[in-house]
Amino acid sequence: MAAHSHHNEDHGHVGDIPKAQTKAIWKTFVILCVITAIEFAFAFMMEAGTLRNAIFIGLTILKAFYIVGEFMHLKHETKGLIWAILVPTILLCWLLVALLVEGTFYGDSVYNYFK
Amino acid sequence: MSQTTTFEQPKTGTWDGGNEPFKASYGKLMMWFFLLSDAFTFGAFLTTYGLARHRHHAYEGTPEAFTFSTEWWPIPEKVFNAFPFFHGVDWPLAFVALMTMILILSSVTMVLAVEAGHRMDKNDVQKWLLWTILFGSMFLGCQAWEWSHFIAGTDEGMKLADGSVIYGANLIVNQYGPPLFADLFFFITGFHGTHVFSGVVLLILIFFNTVNGVYHRRGHYEMVEKVGLYWHFVDLVWVFVFTFFYLV
Repeated sequence: MAAHSHHNEDHGHVGDIPKAQTKAIWKTFVILCVITAIEFAFAFMMEAGTLRNAIFIGLTILKAFYIVGEFMHLKHETKGLIWAILVPTILLCWLLVALLVEGTFYGDSVYNYFK
Repeated sequence: MSQTTTFEQPKTGTWDGGNEPFKASYGKLMMWFFLLSDAFTFGAFLTTYGLARHRHHAYEGTPEAFTFSTEWWPIPEKVFNAFPFFHGVDWPLAFVALMTMILILSSVTMVLAVEAGHRMDKNDVQKWLLWTILFGSMFLGCQAWEWSHFIAGTDEGMKLADGSVIYGANLIVNQYGPPLFADLFFFITGFHGTHVFSGVVLLILIFFNTVNGVYHRRGHYEMVEKVGLYWHFVDLVWVFVFTFFYLV
């Protein structure tokens, strides 16, 4: 009986559901679409090269900022959590750059040594 | 009901486990750290891609005169230029653009499901979860098509010096360029696709739980939030794969 009356109570609450607040979500969606469109514009209208790659990487990080900040809600978490995620990620980027630069140098040295 | 065994009450003091670090629940926190570790895995893949790409020569002629050769790393927009039902038409990166849009859209419907969960709106959660499952499955379907096209190859194939022709790609031969290019394509997009697949399975599970009212009885839709975190991460990884594999 107790469970049943609780069930009825739930139905009474249906009318109280607050209205959806989706403006910020759709705004983020539009921003992500625009950035992707800009990436395509650069892909077809600019010569390939270091500058174009730098623009691509910059725009990608901007997209990542919106996805992690807004969609994953990290922007609105506590400062401690933000840093706990951000610091290892920054170190990871450093690791990637270091591995690429050092690995490229090492690869070239070994290749030239046996040439 | 009165016969229910009473367990020891949970301790609620700051040093008794009653305190939530970062004001986030255990589950959400662990999901964040899992995703961080997953980012390391994908970071390793991208490093491998960068090194392998550097070890091969870049194509130096004009883009118009580009031909597939094992001598140089291919230009992505010359490899990924096919679109379903438009056989032989050159639409560079059009299909991958569609896939990107589908995945971003699925991220939006996911965040809408989470938002509905905050308002305890069961019907809206169901609706947006279904949309997310739909878009996720569409993405997987697109990837299946992309793979089968990549494996089958183009009509022309690649002519070798001895006159024979290679069609398509597998782990050993590759008509688009050096074999490593195909290997990395399979591993990176495959690993991402596996993540999307697990995400769709998780979404179907929480969809059933939502329909059965499990989360409504529990009083919160945190599980939708946690799966949402995973789903957005998968979208995030695609953003990076898209840049480093298809654009750069």
